[in-house]
Amino acid sequence: MAKPKVATTSLAGCFGCHMSILDIDERILKLVELVDFDKSPIDDIKKFTGRCAVGLIEGGCCNEENVEVLRSFREHCDVLISLGDCAIMGGIPALRNTIPLQECYDEAYLNGPTVHNPSRQIPNDPELPLLLHKVYPCHEVVKIDYHLAGCPPPADTIWEALVALLTNKPVALPYELVKYD
Amino acid sequence: MSDNLPAVVHEICQAHGGDRTRLMDIVRAMQQKFGCVSGPAMELLAKELSIHRVEIESLVSFYSFLSTRPKGQVVIRLCNDVIDQMAGADEVARAFEEELGIKFGQTTPDGKISLEYTACIGMCDQVPAALVNDVVVTELSTDAARRIVRELRKHGDPTRLVTRHGDGCNGHELVRAMVMNNIRQRGSIIFTPTNRGEAIRKALAITPAEVIRAVKTARLRGRGGAGFPTGMKWEFTRAAGGEQRCVLCNADEGEPGTFKDRVLLTEMPDRVFAGMTIAGYAIGADEGILYLRGEYAYLRAYLEQILAKRRQDNLLGNNILGKRAFKFDLRIQMGAGAYICGEETALISSCEGLRGDPKNRPPFPAQKGYLGRPTVVNNVETLCCVTKILEEGPATFAEFGSQGSTGTKLLSISGDCRSRGVFEVPFGIKLSEVLKLAGGEDAIAVQVGGASGQMVAREEFNRTICYDDLATGGSLMVFGPERNVLEVADKFMAFFVEESCGYCTPCRVGNVLLKDRLERITAGCGEPADLEYLQELGTTVKTMSRCGLGQTSANPILTTLKNFRATYNALVKKRGDGRQPAFDLAAAVAEAETIIGRKSTHAHA
Amino acid sequence: MSSTIEFTINGKDITGRPGQTVLEAAQDAGVYIPRLCYMRGLAAFGACRVCTVLVNGRPQAACTQTVAPGMVVENNTEKMTAFRRNLIDMLFVEGNHFCMFCEKSGNCELQALAYRFGIAAPKYPYMFQPREVDMSHGDVFIDRNRCVLCGRCVRASRDVDGKHVFDFVGRGLHKRIAVNAEALLGDTELAVTDKAAEACPVGAIVKKRVGYAVPVGQRLYDHKPIGSEIESTAL
Repeated sequence: MAKPKVATTSLAGCFGCHMSILDIDERILKLVELVDFDKSPIDDIKKFTGRCAVGLIEGGCCNEENVEVLRSFREHCDVLISLGDCAIMGGIPALRNTIPLQECYDEAYLNGPTVHNPSRQIPNDPELPLLLHKVYPCHEVVKIDYHLAGCPPPADTIWEALVALLTNKPVALPYELVKYD
Repeated sequence: MSDNLPAVVHEICQAHGGDRTRLMDIVRAMQQKFGCVSGPAMELLAKELSIHRVEIESLVSFYSFLSTRPKGQVVIRLCNDVIDQMAGADEVARAFEEELGIKFGQTTPDGKISLEYTACIGMCDQVPAALVNDVVVTELSTDAARRIVRELRKHGDPTRLVTRHGDGCNGHELVRAMVMNNIRQRGSIIFTPTNRGEAIRKALAITPAEVIRAVKTARLRGRGGAGFPTGMKWEFTRAAGGEQRCVLCNADEGEPGTFKDRVLLTEMPDRVFAGMTIAGYAIGADEGILYLRGEYAYLRAYLEQILAKRRQDNLLGNNILGKRAFKFDLRIQMGAGAYICGEETALISSCEGLRGDPKNRPPFPAQKGYLGRPTVVNNVETLCCVTKILEEGPATFAEFGSQGSTGTKLLSISGDCRSRGVFEVPFGIKLSEVLKLAGGEDAIAVQVGGASGQMVAREEFNRTICYDDLATGGSLMVFGPERNVLEVADKFMAFFVEESCGYCTPCRVGNVLLKDRLERITAGCGEPADLEYLQELGTTVKTMSRCGLGQTSANPILTTLKNFRATYNALVKKRGDGRQPAFDLAAAVAEAETIIGRKSTHAHA
Repeated sequence: MSSTIEFTINGKDITGRPGQTVLEAAQDAGVYIPRLCYMRGLAAFGACRVCTVLVNGRPQAACTQTVAPGMVVENNTEKMTAFRRNLIDMLFVEGNHFCMFCEKSGNCELQALAYRFGIAAPKYPYMFQPREVDMSHGDVFIDRNRCVLCGRCVRASRDVDGKHVFDFVGRGLHKRIAVNAEALLGDTELAVTDKAAEACPVGAIVKKRVGYAVPVGQRLYDHKPIGSEIESTAL
């Protein structure tokens, strides 16, 4: 029987949650026995090759491209997991949510202390996705089935949750594995 | 701000005995004189009253009619409740904005006129209406709005906007209001000829305990809406320990759609004051306070004169009507724009010179109320009933109405009906009969009991007005076939969001969340699960809130969910794509499109 | 008046003293009633409503309700637990709670309640309202993003410190903590040794230069849920 597939992505995140996935250490060998990785920065597969059992989403949605990626994950995955505080509540990128968007652009491209921009233009390359007016938690854009809190969620949390899901057991994490920091 | 600020502050504080508990009156006086209570003014007031500046800021920032930043010499406050909006308040609003060249919340550059919205001002039978400082202007049109602005620009005197006077005492020289009483039906208790002094005379001829027994025999229940037995309330208060007790009359008639207390205060203030005096005798209080909502400030001078007359006639003061050792007097406490102050413990806070935060219960006001004294808080109409009971005896009173609901009830009827105004009806009358009286037979819905009441559908028009079925403080808003009940519910939720005091979590946050989800549904982004969400969230707010506001604020949603389920069902649909329908990518990138100057390829694919 | 009052919480017999609140009587008997705005030694406030219990079937805040003989109290029933979770969710979406860098994380009572109730993410949409931060004081700062309007600082400063450094201004969603000055905490009499400087259950009023002193794994709520310290005293 073919192994179930897992896809992962990092939207507006720092890849810290992906580092935490790798932090399961030698258990990663057990994990590859249980699953195949599909679209994911871990194996550098860029496009979905088929239906996935689980999608792990790191990061919230700060721009239009994040929304598109997240929607395609929702289409291709049976179960979607918000992995970490950015996916759950916007995280550090969402610190901008109480600041007007124009000010954010200006700070990033014109006024920031480390900015060197003699043309005084805000970049307008079609390759640069447009920012959303605020950073959205993933569950406010698509339906999310599970939330794994933490910044990042500990490797044990990710391991426990994944194993439970892949072996059709309820995801019931012990007290010490649900932390917001 | 003027140089003589310290002198004025000193003078105003002295006029109120330097008493911190009179802070409402003190800051109202400051607001009136300077158009705001500024930072420097707060510093001076704090010193003068030996309190902290932040206590003053706390109070000033609570009430809509007070402000720490300067406002125009004239403030136009357009009522934006649902009944006013049905009558074209939005068009009137645009006319004000155009003519003034400013938006709501702003002041003209010359500092002369500010424009604001305000919650129900108790004029739903003569809409759209507005307050221009203390002056009420009614039945506004876009033309009238423009004319008002032009005249104010010319002479700046709101009192000159009144060119015709309303009926009855609205034409009294101390009132001079264009407000109409619109008494459409007189019953046998309230709107009857008064025999001034008679009720007090009869009360003073018997013992306080006998007065309480008479009120109990009449089975009088509170007319404010909750329906607590008045005699029992008095008994508890009388039984509570302590030297001083207090009678408060709740004339903070803020429930949207109700205006009958305004008519009572205009036409039969003597009966209200007599009721307070009798209550004072019954519970052993020698002081009373009439808490008059800021919106009714135009009645104040008139009411003060009535009080002065009563003092002259020995109906107030020492040895009332020759009864030795019975003294009772009362003062008027002005509110300053806060619906929550109609909640009895919030009203007490406000009288004490505090934010209008409700108090924790227990202790109840009967045990520990105004300044810690055992206190009775009664509605204006309840006190009128008391006077009538003492005048004619409890048996006559209890002849009207039903077993659990004796006497008559005043209804304030507004909205889609031919005859709007105040109706005195016997308890037990069917809603359908009321609608017939008011000419609102084709209604699809009636909001009974104001925003905090319930939205009743046509199928239930055979229900009766009484404490055991449709209990109401008297507000009946009629909605015709062209109205959308969910839009109405949304307006009510906006009202509660605005008026929540913010003290407790469920009311402060929950109402905002309820309104947000209702808007999603009315915008067509709802799913069936959203109805369960509303039900669960609404029940949370209702169960967990600290006072009557939060315990009823979810009613617009909970009662429409129950009585107008089909309307909701028609709006929600199940979606299979796993997306959140309320997330709108095009709207989320719109701002960036403007800033960057290109269209999103994702949003418009 | 008898010197003890007998009542029950979820069927368990509890003995309280006259004048004692349900919350404190329960606590003395090793029954934890979740709470946030309550703090021993400060006047009861009844604002967060997390401690709401059913008293003879009627909802009452356990921190303000005094005990009475024969009272039947329902505490952590399925229904009340669901309502309390909703209140905690509300506080998380109302403020801007960035636990990942908050000095109070691990010792925060709001966060600890969420852990105890097993909340992975709030069910309500985040509001992301702009809130002010005040760093003007030398030893203490205010981050209003994290404030839950519990009023503990207000009561501590007024009733314990005798200073009235804090009070609430505005109403509804605009309600916020203000200080007894034109605008800044630095212009008030607050001292770092004040009760008000340590009364905050969350990271809204925080002492400077002591953040992150306790390593992860050794903080108050890292291993055991809030309330377990009370429950462990149960007979």
